Amino acid sequence: MKKLIAALGVATALTLAPQIAAAQDFPAQPITIVVPFAAGGPTDTVTRLVAQAMSQDLGQQVVVENVGGAGGTLGAARVAQAEANGYTLLLHHIGMATTATLYRELPYNAIEDFEHVGLVTEVPMVMVGRPDLEANSMEEVVAYVRENGEDVMYANAGIGAASHLCGLLFMDAVDTQMTTIPYQGTGPALTDLMGGQVDLMCDQTTNTTNQIRDGSIKGFAVTVPERLDALPDIATAAESGLDGFEVTIWHGVYAPKGTPEDVVARLSQSLQVALQDETVIERFADLGTAPSSQEDATPEALKAKLEAEINLWRPIIEAAGVYAN
Amino acid sequence: MDLFSNIALGLNTALSTTNLFYCFIGVFIGTIIGVIPGVGAISAISMLLPITFYLEPTTALIMLGGIWYGTTYGGSIAAILLNIPGTPANAVTCMDGHPMARQGRGGVALLTAALSSFAGGSIGILLLMLFGPVIATYALSFGSAEYFALMVMGLVAASTISDGSAIKGLAMVVLGILFGCVGADIYTGTPRFNFGTLELTDAISLVALAMGIFGVSEVIASVRNVHTSSIDPKSVTFRAMKPTRDEVKRSAGPVLRGSSIGAFFGALPGTGPSVAAFIAYAAEKRISRHPEKFGKGAVEGIAAPESANNSADQTAFIPTLSLGIPGSPTMALMLGALMIHGIAPGPSLVNEQPSLFWGLIMSFWIGNVMLVILNVPLISVWVRLLTIPYHLLYPAVLVFICIGTYSVHQSSFEVGLVVFFGFIGYMMRILDWPAAPLLLGFVLGPLMEEHFRRAMLLSRGDFMTFIDRPISATVMAITACLLIWGVVAALRERRKVKFRNAE
Repeated sequence: MKKLIAALGVATALTLAPQIAAAQDFPAQPITIVVPFAAGGPTDTVTRLVAQAMSQDLGQQVVVENVGGAGGTLGAARVAQAEANGYTLLLHHIGMATTATLYRELPYNAIEDFEHVGLVTEVPMVMVGRPDLEANSMEEVVAYVRENGEDVMYANAGIGAASHLCGLLFMDAVDTQMTTIPYQGTGPALTDLMGGQVDLMCDQTTNTTNQIRDGSIKGFAVTVPERLDALPDIATAAESGLDGFEVTIWHGVYAPKGTPEDVVARLSQSLQVALQDETVIERFADLGTAPSSQEDATPEALKAKLEAEINLWRPIIEAAGVYAN
Repeated sequence: MDLFSNIALGLNTALSTTNLFYCFIGVFIGTIIGVIPGVGAISAISMLLPITFYLEPTTALIMLGGIWYGTTYGGSIAAILLNIPGTPANAVTCMDGHPMARQGRGGVALLTAALSSFAGGSIGILLLMLFGPVIATYALSFGSAEYFALMVMGLVAASTISDGSAIKGLAMVVLGILFGCVGADIYTGTPRFNFGTLELTDAISLVALAMGIFGVSEVIASVRNVHTSSIDPKSVTFRAMKPTRDEVKRSAGPVLRGSSIGAFFGALPGTGPSVAAFIAYAAEKRISRHPEKFGKGAVEGIAAPESANNSADQTAFIPTLSLGIPGSPTMALMLGALMIHGIAPGPSLVNEQPSLFWGLIMSFWIGNVMLVILNVPLISVWVRLLTIPYHLLYPAVLVFICIGTYSVHQSSFEVGLVVFFGFIGYMMRILDWPAAPLLLGFVLGPLMEEHFRRAMLLSRGDFMTFIDRPISATVMAITACLLIWGVVAALRERRKVKFRNAE
C-alpha cells in the first residue's frame, strides 16, 4: 500500500512537473500555430511570416499546421480543446467574430474558450469591378447599384468569406440589394470578374492589388480611413461618401482557455517583437498590409476587438438571414 | 527572335546546378509519393512549403512543380501494377493498365504510361510556352453556362466508360453524384447529409473516396489470394517492355487526342487532371473501332488518360502564372510559395520576372525528361514492389493510404471515411458494380450543380442562356450530335443482331 501511495505521488509529481516548468522556462519545446485555412492562402502566408519571426525570439521552432474546414471553425475548435500550456496556438482572422453568428452551433465560444494573445495585422479591403463596367468611381458604382438593384451581380468567395462580409456591409451601407453569386474561393470568383461574367466584388488587397494595377479589374474604393501606399489612386470609402463602409480583415493570435497568464504574456511579448521584424514589415507591405501597432498586439486589444466585431456583425448577418449551419 | 532569347534565358536558369538538383529532388519525391497510394501532391507540397522559405523563389517553384507533375507519373505505376491508383487522376489508368499487367504485358503498359505522360507533358509545356497568355484570356470567356455545357458533354461522352450493365453504370453515376452532394450548399450554406457533424459540412474528400473505393477494396479483395502472386515480375523487365509495332501505331492517335483534351481541361480553372483523364478515356472508347477491347487491356486505354493528365498538369500553370489565379488547391499552394517570397503573381509576372517564368517552364521540360529516365530504366526497381510478399505489401499499402488521407486535411475523420468507402467498394466488387462511373459522378456532379445554379442566377432564371451564348451553344450542339450518334449506332447494332438471328 505504501508503495502504491508512493507511486501515485511520483506519478502526480510527474504529471504536474511539466506544467510548473511551462510557466518558468517557457518555451521548452516547439510551438504549433494552427491556421484554420488551407496552406498558401493569405492567412497562411501571414502566419508563416509571423511564426518565422517568433521562432527567433522564443528560441524554439514555431510550426504552422493547417487545419482547414468549415469556415475556420474546425481549426478553432481543435485549439479550444487543446492542452492549455501555450504550445498550441491559433491564428484566425475576422472569421473568429463572424462565425459566432454565422454558425448557430459551434463546439466553442469565441470569447470564453480562449486566452487572447494579440492582434497581428488588419488587411484592408477594396471594392473592385469587371474591367468593362461603365462606372469609374465609387460614387458611380453606388449610383449604378441603386439604379440596377438586383440586376447587379456581386461575386463572393463563399459564405463567411471576407468578400461575403464586405458585400453584406456594402448593401447595408447603400441600402440596396444586389444578386449575390457565391463561388468556391477567391480564385474562381476573380476569374469570373476578370472575364466580365459578374459585376462587382470586394476583397482583401492581398488578392486584388496586382490585378487592379495592370488593369484586368477596376478598383473603386478602399474600406479603410486612409488611402493605401500600394494603391494611391484608389479613393477611400469615406471620401466617396460612404461613411459606414469600413471593414478590415483583422488577424489575431489565440491560446486555449486556462493557459497560464505569464505564458500568454511571454507569447504576446514575442508577437510584438515579431511584428517589428524587418522581413515581416517588408513582406506584409508586399501583401498590401502592415503589422498591428505594439498597443494592438496585446491580449486586451484583441479581446476588445473581438467583442466589438461580434456585436457589429451579429445584426448584419441576422438581417441577411444567411447561416452556415 | 524573342522566343529564342526567352528559351535561352529559361534554360540558363533551369540548368544551373542548384535548380537542376532541386528539379531532380522534386520529380523524385513526386514519383515516390505518386507510387504510394493516398499520399498525393497536395500533402507533399504543403509539407515541403516551409522549406521553400530558405530557397530562391524560382528554385522553390521548380521543386514544387516537379512534385506536382511527378506524382502523376508515379501514380500510373501503382495503378498498373497494383490496381490501386496512386493519385485520383490515375484511377482510369487502372481499367486497362492492370488487365495488361495480368496478361504479362505490364512492361508494355508501364512504358506506354511513361511515354504517353512524356508526350502529354511536352505538348502541355509547348502550349504553355507559346500560347499561355492567349489561352488564359480565352479561358476567361468561359462562364458558368459554358462550364455546365462542358460537364453535360463530359457525362454523355463518358456514359459508356464501363462495360456491362448500363443500368448498373447509371446507378453508380447517380450514387457518385449523391456522395458529391454531401456538405454545405455553397449558395445557401445549408448543410446536406452531414448528420450533424462539422466535418461533413466540407464535403467528402476526393482522396478519401478514391482510396477507399479503389485502394482498400482492392486490398480486401486480395486477402483471399495472398499466396498467388498474380503478376510474374519477370514480365516487367526492360526487355519485356518492348511494345509490338501494332501497339505503337494504336497509341499515337490516343496520345495526341489525350494531350489536347488534357491541355484544354488543365487550362480551365476548376477542372483538372482527374476530369481530363476521364474524358480522354471516354472519348477514345467512343471513337475506337474496337470499344469492346477497352477494360480488357487495350493500350489506348492507358495512352489516352496518361497523356491527358500530364498535359493538364502543365497547362494548369496557365491561369496560375498568366492571370495570378490558382485553378486548384495545389496551384494555390504554389502561389503561396511565391507570395511568401514577396512575388505577387499576376498578368505582369511574365514581364517582371522573366527568368522565373521561363526558367520554370524550361525546368518542366527537364523534369519530364528526368521522369522518363527515372521511370523507364528503373522500372525493374519499381517492379520489385511486386516481389514483396502480399502479406507485407498490402498492410503497408493500407498504412500509407491512412497516412496519405490523414495528411491532406490533418483529419482522422477522413481516415474513417476511407474505411467506410473501402467497405462500399468491396460490396460493389462482389455485386459487380463498376467503380469508375461512381468516381465520375462524384467529380462531375457537384461541378455541374455549381455551374448550373450559377448560370441560372446570372441569367436570372432564363434557360436560354445555354443557347444564347455562342460557346455554350456550340458545346450543347456537339452533345446533341453525340447523343443522336449513340442512339443511331445502337439501333443499327440491334438491326444487325436481328438480321443475324433471322439467318
